[in-house]
Amino acid sequence: MKKIVVRIALLVALVSLLLSACAQPAAPTQPAQEEKPFRVAVVMPSTITDLAFSQSFFEALKKVQEEEGGPSKFEIAYSEGMFNVPDAAAAIRDYASQGYDLVIAHGSQYGTSLSQIAPDFPETAFAWGTSLDTFQAQGINNVYAYQAESQEGGYVLGTIAALMSKTGVLGVCGPVNAGDAKLFVDGFVAGAKNAKPDIQVNVTFTGSFSDVSLMASAAETHIAAGADMLTGSSQSVVGAIGVAKDKGAYWFGTQWEQTPVGPETVVATQVFDWTIVIRDMVKSVRAGVLGGKAYTLTFKNGGLKLVYNDKVPVPDDIKAKAQETIDGIMNGTIDPLSGPKQ
Amino acid sequence: MPSKTEYSRLLNRTIEALLPLLAVPVALLIGAVMIYALGVNPLQAYGTLFQGAFGNVSGFTQSLVKATPLLLVGLGVTIAFRGGVINIGGEGQLIVGALAATAFSIGFSDLPRIILLPLTLLIAALSGAIWGGVPGILKARLGVNEILSTVMMNAIALQLSNYLLRGPMIDPAEIERGTQIAQSDLLPQAVWLSRLMPRTLLHSGAILALIMAVLVYIFLWRTTIGYRIRAVGLNPDAARYAGIPVQFYQALSLILGGAFAGLAGGVEVTGVHHRMIEGLSGGYGFSGIVAALFGKLHPLGAIPASVLFGGLLVGADRMQRATQVPSALITVILGLVVLFVVSSEIWARRRARRRETRG
Amino acid sequence: MAELFTLPVLLGIFYSGIRLATPYLYAAIGETFAQRSGVLNLGVDGIMLMGAYTGFYIAMKTENLLLGLLGAAAAGFLMGLLMAVVSVSLQAEQGISGIGLNLFGLGLSTLLFKVTLGGVESIRGFQPIRIPLLGQIPYLGDIFFNHNLLVYGAFLLVPIANFILNKTTFGLKVRAVGQNPQAADTLGVNVTLIRYTTVCLGGILAGIAGASLSLALINLFQENMTSGMGFIAVALVYFGGWRPWGVLGGALLFSFVNALQLWVQVKGINIPSDIAVMMPYILTIIALTFSGRRARQPQALTKPFERGEN
Repeated sequence: MKKIVVRIALLVALVSLLLSACAQPAAPTQPAQEEKPFRVAVVMPSTITDLAFSQSFFEALKKVQEEEGGPSKFEIAYSEGMFNVPDAAAAIRDYASQGYDLVIAHGSQYGTSLSQIAPDFPETAFAWGTSLDTFQAQGINNVYAYQAESQEGGYVLGTIAALMSKTGVLGVCGPVNAGDAKLFVDGFVAGAKNAKPDIQVNVTFTGSFSDVSLMASAAETHIAAGADMLTGSSQSVVGAIGVAKDKGAYWFGTQWEQTPVGPETVVATQVFDWTIVIRDMVKSVRAGVLGGKAYTLTFKNGGLKLVYNDKVPVPDDIKAKAQETIDGIMNGTIDPLSGPKQ
Repeated sequence: MPSKTEYSRLLNRTIEALLPLLAVPVALLIGAVMIYALGVNPLQAYGTLFQGAFGNVSGFTQSLVKATPLLLVGLGVTIAFRGGVINIGGEGQLIVGALAATAFSIGFSDLPRIILLPLTLLIAALSGAIWGGVPGILKARLGVNEILSTVMMNAIALQLSNYLLRGPMIDPAEIERGTQIAQSDLLPQAVWLSRLMPRTLLHSGAILALIMAVLVYIFLWRTTIGYRIRAVGLNPDAARYAGIPVQFYQALSLILGGAFAGLAGGVEVTGVHHRMIEGLSGGYGFSGIVAALFGKLHPLGAIPASVLFGGLLVGADRMQRATQVPSALITVILGLVVLFVVSSEIWARRRARRRETRG
Repeated sequence: MAELFTLPVLLGIFYSGIRLATPYLYAAIGETFAQRSGVLNLGVDGIMLMGAYTGFYIAMKTENLLLGLLGAAAAGFLMGLLMAVVSVSLQAEQGISGIGLNLFGLGLSTLLFKVTLGGVESIRGFQPIRIPLLGQIPYLGDIFFNHNLLVYGAFLLVPIANFILNKTTFGLKVRAVGQNPQAADTLGVNVTLIRYTTVCLGGILAGIAGASLSLALINLFQENMTSGMGFIAVALVYFGGWRPWGVLGGALLFSFVNALQLWVQVKGINIPSDIAVMMPYILTIIALTFSGRRARQPQALTKPFERGEN
């Protein structure tokens, strides 16, 4: 027994020696460049491959990075899977104290924490979404806010789905009836009802953003109830798409392209293109403006895009109707939460 | 002057208490192999881990902020375990406590701080006690297994929170703005726990948790009720024989366990977030069990254990940021730490037993 | 409410209820063996995730679903073995080691998913097989005899498990070890071996439970795709009073109520969706209060065994 203790003690001593030897993180010895790179950090609730909210933002960041001339000119750091808010707050604070130029809290649940952190780092620019509150009312001037008007795409997708449906029944697989998901679902229902007043739209919520299996069961139930066109929001919808693919139903996506899950199932997607937001924020930060502006993604400013899947044919007249709807939303004759304005 | 045997007794005890903690480096070593396989220098990665957890003020305060709910939940778990019941319902109890604290403090926001703050925390603890009491009473009265019912109560609490946060309790500003984020209104400033250090989240809830740990120690070892709870946990048959109503004390230990988890929820909303948000619990209900175990199911042991475990969690996040390894790796290492710690207890037990047989 | 009691809805509830019960059945029957021998394995969820991932990965790379299934079983076996080493040989506190195993499985499956697949992809999983003759029966044929291989397997498992536990020498040993390991040991039963066998068997079945999600019900892998099903499976073992038929009853009840709550939402019945999602959990608790006393827990459950003790 004594031997074991001695051995373990030796092991511990060895490990702690090794650890203390390297406790000082190697100082960044980057060669002096003519121009300092722009450094962005982002904290996200789900993962960068979630085919939804987080991925849409990360892909936009990468696109901007490319435009800016690669990682040497535009540095991106990220923390994913930060569903625990205090952890996310720690990450935001950490990035800010490491001198990142722009620190983005990509989740509406991070707002309260951000409003406490931002005043401590008046030299750092912050951004968060989805929200429209830049905390200027609280005297904070270094926070940007951004939001996607998901109901716009929801309305258009609802229109297409209603016109394409042969059974006259649509199914909506929602996560929790709040935030971005609620906007999208409300828009979808409004669009469908306006395109075909006698259409039936069944809506379910699983009460979770991540429960893939319950989402799959929800899709199955919708199909059994006669739905042939399905939609839904959040990273858990992959479960529903898998079922739709299996049962020959069609899917309408939002946030990010979900075609890889159902190459012949996804009809069209409302894609969030955050590049316009990121570009403008980067430009403003470089010009010394650290916040105070709220951005929205709309069809009009190009932040929302309707992307068709080539593998699924959509009749030309329906495509034309969809375009007409988008135009209507853009020129303000259609309210995506209720319908055409009188 | 303590005698030599007393010294050796103390030494033995210390070694027994520390043995499980030696499992941590072993688990970290396995993690190092995985980090290496992912193409990252493990030494550098762990360097950032320890640096991030304890190496600077911001890291250390963050570890303490994290340790606070872990300690409170862990105290609840400790009481339950001592009473021979397993409380997996910390997650749900914490959520309900936070919801109740939010609703109460917003509803009675005109009360003065000196009344409102203690009442708010008391309400949080009470609601947690009720949430833990349901499985407790079901166990006592009908023999319903508490593992099962606490898991169910977790799911119910989560949905209850979803319902309240997007309906009755949603921040009116969210509806006005049209953003519809599922979170409550801000709590009145009167119930915000004081921040102990500028530019950090460290709040007075940490001190409250420390006091609670001492109180639980006194409760379990210096009162009759505490003694009976431990007797029931040690050997229910003997306790029954001695005339202790076993079922009553089992229910009581679940109720008390729930109260501490509920209090943790109240402290989280008043100390950290200042409003009820989605995902507030963030797994504290489960991590608290691990913290309690690290503390060898002793209220005072839970103090360093939750700081250590909280630090491990904070440092791991820091490591993920610095090296950009997937966060899942951290989960793997944590799982290994737990497995190794529980496994290593056997050595401590064997030592203790040999010592006893040697007399 | 009346719109719920139409034929298509009832057929739908039964059909999806049976499908939904599949993963719970595999996992809970496996757990029944482990608990009957005195080991509480709370790590089922983590094992299911490892099974789901391994099965999916192998099936995708080899384009062979059966190989995938085999891989899932193997992954489950290894996870079960780990649990057995920790909880049987090293006599660790079972509830906690289960939580550790769970974290380990959750983390490792996510990590492997990220490193090897990167993103969500779907495959063509096990397809429904209509059983000749029986499948032609109106209504019943659709509900009961038009499922995929893994669904049939799950339901066949119940009588098989019941037979093994109650009618074979092995089953007798398992029950003896779970009731009184000291006595069983005196009678020459190898307690350690029996517990290793049941925990590994439980692991294999939990692995298959995971594969039933990734290869038959959802046909893809996503991190944490079980979202706590394993815990429900453990609960169902208690619910079923440690008897395979009881477990079947519990799994069906839970799944039917889950299917029902989705139909309640689809039919637009005016109940908040969050309350609907709660229904299965509330009902399980209520059902338990009526069956609680009846169930007799294996005496040695969660108690490690060491020779020469007592």
